[in-house]
Formats: sequence, C-alpha cells, structure tokens
Amino acid sequence: MSFIPEEQIKKKLFKGVHDVPGEELYTSGHRTCQGCESALVMRQFVKAAGPRTVATGSTGCMYVANTSYMTTPWVVPWMHTQLGAGGSSAVGMAAGLRAMMRKGKITNEKINVISFCGDIGGGDMGLSGISGALQTDYDLLIILYDNESAANTDIQATGLTTWGAQTTFTPTGTKHRVMQKRWKKNVAAMLAVGHPTVKYVATACATFPPLDFMNKVTKALETGGPTFIHSLDPCPKGWDYHPRYSHEVGELAIKSGIFPLYEIANGVVTYNYDARKNRIPVKEYLLNQGRFAHFTNAETDFVQSMVDEMWEEWELPGILPVKSSLKVST
Amino acid sequence: MAKEAVLESVYEKEELLTGCQAVSHAVRLADVDVIAAYPIRPYTEVMDYISKLIADGKFDAEYIVADSEHSQFEIVKHAASVGARAFAGSSGTGWMYGFEAIVVTATDRLPVVAMVGNRALDDPGAFGVEHNDALSVRDLGWLLVWAATAQEALDTTLIAYRVAEDPKVAMPCAVALDGAFLTHSQHMVKVPTVQAAKRFLPPYNLGSRRLHPDNPISIAPQVNEDWLMEIRRQNFEATKRAKGIIYQAYKEFNEVFKTNYEQPFFEEYMTEDAEAVLLGLGTISMPAKSAVRRLREKGKKVGFVRLRWFRPFPTEELRSCLSRFKGIGVVDRDLSYGSPDLGGVVFNEVRSCLYPLEEHPRVVNFIAGLGGREISIDDAVMMYEQSLRATKEPSDARVTWVGVRE
Repeated sequence: MSFIPEEQIKKKLFKGVHDVPGEELYTSGHRTCQGCESALVMRQFVKAAGPRTVATGSTGCMYVANTSYMTTPWVVPWMHTQLGAGGSSAVGMAAGLRAMMRKGKITNEKINVISFCGDIGGGDMGLSGISGALQTDYDLLIILYDNESAANTDIQATGLTTWGAQTTFTPTGTKHRVMQKRWKKNVAAMLAVGHPTVKYVATACATFPPLDFMNKVTKALETGGPTFIHSLDPCPKGWDYHPRYSHEVGELAIKSGIFPLYEIANGVVTYNYDARKNRIPVKEYLLNQGRFAHFTNAETDFVQSMVDEMWEEWELPGILPVKSSLKVST
Repeated sequence: MAKEAVLESVYEKEELLTGCQAVSHAVRLADVDVIAAYPIRPYTEVMDYISKLIADGKFDAEYIVADSEHSQFEIVKHAASVGARAFAGSSGTGWMYGFEAIVVTATDRLPVVAMVGNRALDDPGAFGVEHNDALSVRDLGWLLVWAATAQEALDTTLIAYRVAEDPKVAMPCAVALDGAFLTHSQHMVKVPTVQAAKRFLPPYNLGSRRLHPDNPISIAPQVNEDWLMEIRRQNFEATKRAKGIIYQAYKEFNEVFKTNYEQPFFEEYMTEDAEAVLLGLGTISMPAKSAVRRLREKGKKVGFVRLRWFRPFPTEELRSCLSRFKGIGVVDRDLSYGSPDLGGVVFNEVRSCLYPLEEHPRVVNFIAGLGGREISIDDAVMMYEQSLRATKEPSDARVTWVGVRE
C-alpha cells in the first residue's frame, strides 16, 4: 500500500558476504538435523528480511524440529499455522496489520509478512490457500521450503518428491522397484502462470549460487504485493547422504537441471542458472543419494530423458510444459 | 417518554432487519478490522450485507473473499493474532470444512467471533436448520450461544466480542442463528449508535500475546507431553471463567442500553407455577411460547425454557431452575447417533446436569424439525401434552421423533 514511506521499502541487494548482516534472527534453540538445508533457508530469509518481520510456519519439520516449547530459535515474532494455511495465515496477518494501520490503531510502518511451508503445505494441501493469497493485493511473501518429503513424519512421499525416490510410503520391493511414480510438480511456474497479477515468483537453493536466495527474498519483499519463492532443500535424513554434502547435493540439483533456477519479475523470466547448456548428467545428482540406490540404468535414463525434455522441448525451458507452438482451431 | 429518550441517546434507528442483517450491524458497530467470507447458505446474507456496507463507505474493514472455509477461518485467526478484531461465519458442512482452523482458534486462545447460520449437514443436501454444525464445537473451547430474534442476534454479537476478548477469557465465540427461521426472517431491530456500542465494547487488546515486531514472541511451539496438560488446563479454566464474565457483560449491556436481560444463560417463559416445561434452543421458542399460551388458556400449567448459552453450560443455574418442574421435554434439533437412550445432544447434557439432584424431574426428549422442517404450534402442543403425561405415568418412551413418517 502506498501509505508506507518509500525509504522503508527500498532495500539493497547483497553483493558479497560482507553485505550480509551479522545479526542472527533465527538462532540457537532449534533441533534440526546436521546438514539441514531448510534450517539454512530459515536463517537466510529472516536475515534478508530483517527484524521488522512477522512470520508464520505451517506444520512440518520447520515447525516440529524448530520450535520446542521454551526453546524457540525465532528472534522475530513467529506463530505456528496449520498445514494448509501457508497462504491464508499470511493474508490474515497482512489484512490485520493493514486495517489497524489505516484506522490508526497501530503505527504506520512497513512490516514484512512472511509465511513458510514445506512441500505438502506449499505444493499439495496448501495450494488452494496460496492461490487465494496470490490473488490479493497484500504485501506478503510465501516461502515453500521443499525437502521433497514429509520429513518430520518420517520421510513420506509428497507431490514434490522426485520420481522414483524411496520414501517410507514408497519403498522399493521385489515386485515394484519404483513406487513413487508421480513427476514433481512445477509449483512456482504453476503459481506464476495462474496468477498474472503477481509481480515476483522465484525458485531458489539456499547455497547455490551463493547469496541468490537472500537476494530473491529481498527482491520479493521490495517488489510488494503477494510473492512466492520455492526453494529446494537437500535433506540428509530423507535423501540419505552424509550431512557434510548438503551444499554439494543442492548445487548438483541445479547444475543437472532437474530443479530449474529462475525468477519471474514483472513478467520477465530470468534463468539464474542456465541449464539449457552445460547440464551435467542427472545421475551425478541421483547416485549421490541413498533414496535412489535402487535405480538401475533404466530409471536414471528415464529421469535424464525427462530432464532433457524439460530443457529442450518445453515452450519455456524447464518452466512451461507445453511442447508445440500455438495452434488456433478454425 | 423516558423510553423514547433512551432510544434517542443509545439507538440510532429502529428498522426491519433479518437476523443476518442484525449481526452485520453488530459487526460494524464493533469496528471489526478483518472479515473473511466464503459462500454457503444460509449464513451468507451476513456477508452480502457487510460487503454492501463496506462498498457504500458505511463501514471500514479489510474484507476478504477466501478460497475456502479453511482459509476463511485461518485468515481471521491470524488477523486476531496480530491484534485485529475479526469476524467470519459459516453454515453446515462449510463450518466442518473450516474445522481444523476452528479447532486451533480456540487452542491458540484467539477471540474470533463467528456466526453459524445453522444448517443440516450433508448428505443428502438440505438448506434448513439443524444444530449439529454449531454443536460440533462444544468440546473444543469455543463459547457457544444461540439467539432467537434479530434483536437478540445483534445484542449477542456485541456481547460475544465483549466476553471472548476479555483477558480473563480470550476464547472464540460462535453465535448461532437458526437457518432461515432467524437468518432470513425480519424483525424490528433497534440499532445502537456507534458511540453507545463503543461505550459498551472496549477496544480489542491482546496485550503480551500480540504478534508484532515490537513484541517478538513465538506462538504455539511444539509442547508434547511435557506441557500440553498444563496448557489444556489453562484454556479449560478460561472457559470456566467465561461464566462470570458473561454475567458481567450482560449487566454492562443492560446498563448502557437499558435492556432487560435478567438471566443471561436462559430465558424462562411462564414457568412460575409450571408442572412441565419444554426446553430448546433458538427459534423453537416461537411455536413453544404460542403453545404455552394456548395450553394456559385451558388451565394446563406449562412453561418454556430457552437455553441461550450452551458453552459455558449454566450447570448450577439450570439445575436449580429445572428442579422446580415435574416434567421436562427437551427439544433437540440435532442428532447424536447411538447416544445414551438414543437421545439428542441437548437432552443428554440436560439430563447429566440434573443427575446430582436427589429427586429428578422426568426428562423426555423430542427430536424435531430436522433439516429445516417446521415445528408447528400443534407439534409443540403435542410435546407439552406428552411431557405432562410423563410426569404422571412414566413410560419407557423417552425419545420421540416428532412428525417423522415411518
């Protein structure tokens, strides 16, 4: 809304690590696993947003592992919300703050409203509410932290789990080698395409390229209106690899092109890593992880063919799954 | 003369309003900040009317048409968490779709006020009144009250904010209006002035629980077995304390508006020397009171007790009231499948309330008016006669389905 002073909205992008504030707003007190990239997403988004922020977190591992009674890591005000309420919780806070500022019940200032949800909260159950939020004109940011499973309930498959991955709901067996037969949803693109008034949508990985995610948070908050970021978060527990390799696994996901890295700002698409060229073979990403240990060449070849198709045949490479150009029936 | 003077000072006008429209005025008068709407009849008219008030510049609030009842109730819950006064509502299965959010609104102690336009639960579809939708929150911490007239709907909504937001309570409140019979029937309603409403209803102040950068707290972290029982107990005590606050709120309301709410929890009608009474919720009072007048003309000693507040339940007050009668017929516009004696929800709660008495009145139950079927005056007369008979010749027929084709 225009009544917020302009100087409170303008933010500087981070050009190097020295630009990043030392102050931690997500600090000790959480119980996330070693090598947890979702915890890094938490730490980085709130660093980029700064202390004048209110946040909600949908049920998920960033609720259960983060916030135990009396040991919260959150320095900013934070509230739990329900699994399907990633969008609606942000709308509620933003609407409440706007109404009270307009009526003079609280001080007029820019307060960042951020809601984060996991891959069920953002990609499955919460989709309707997020879609509703993206139709409003409130300033809010929804962050989907995607570790490709219901990680806090013991690694169950979701609509965003990579095809073929073993999870506790999709084990490999003697009759069916692959039980997870759903191709990962393209959530950010789906939301961008479906909500033409939204001014900023992006995908991200907290560690690659460095500072990219924090800058995307900054841009989203500065752009205003409802915005959305989908981050891919390698999860040592769920993906079955040694925690020391979390950053590398994320980097391989981007470089292999299985997770396209892009932002759509005011309708302009930018690839933050151009996987149209210089793609590394996807098996370098897959075979580092125990959840794909049952893969034979048939499965890796299939995933590779799908990734190649994304980048070589889609209308908008990696983003828009339309293969032929426009036809008009007469 | 004196009455007119009062009308002038605390009421802005008197006009013909439906129950939904009356609630809308209460929402406006409460200066609600955030309203979330989603369509399902019969509650919808409240949002039709509110949105028009906003469109015409008569009311300033953030008004959101949500994508579902779940989002609707999450929106108002989180608006309340940042310190905004919030309103939502629903009916029937819509209320059930919002249920997850409705549950946590109470456990988060956020004093949202919601209107329930009572409607039968699907399937098969029926738009008419049944009370099972609202009754579903009876074990969850929500305060739950039924209105019987449009005036009472307006008054009760203002009182609901006063009670729910009291720091000693901080629990959400559902104001139930019988679908069609109250949501869409018109009554003459005195609409308070903004100033008078302000005098009655203090601003919403969540205090140290408000989510704001100036008050950086964490709300609802995971507690598990370490703390859940203690937190449950705190919420439980809050609902207990609500009883005292309800008395206080009605007293204050009577003072500001010169109204005559004597016993907030229930209304008694011609009960003084009654042998048998019917007890029910909401608009059942209309046929019941007419039947009382008819039967009184014939010398039958009958009366009517209309329960307003179902949560908190007025245990001692109702026990002492009902102990005066020999026969009680509880009218349930709801079902409780496989319940004790196969009776309705209200019947079993009333019976449980009377249990500690040494001498029990005879309590019978009527399942009536499901799915919006009209309860006629003749139906009510029949129920009175059966309740009177039960005082003299107790039979085993404790539960009667009124007018069901078998």
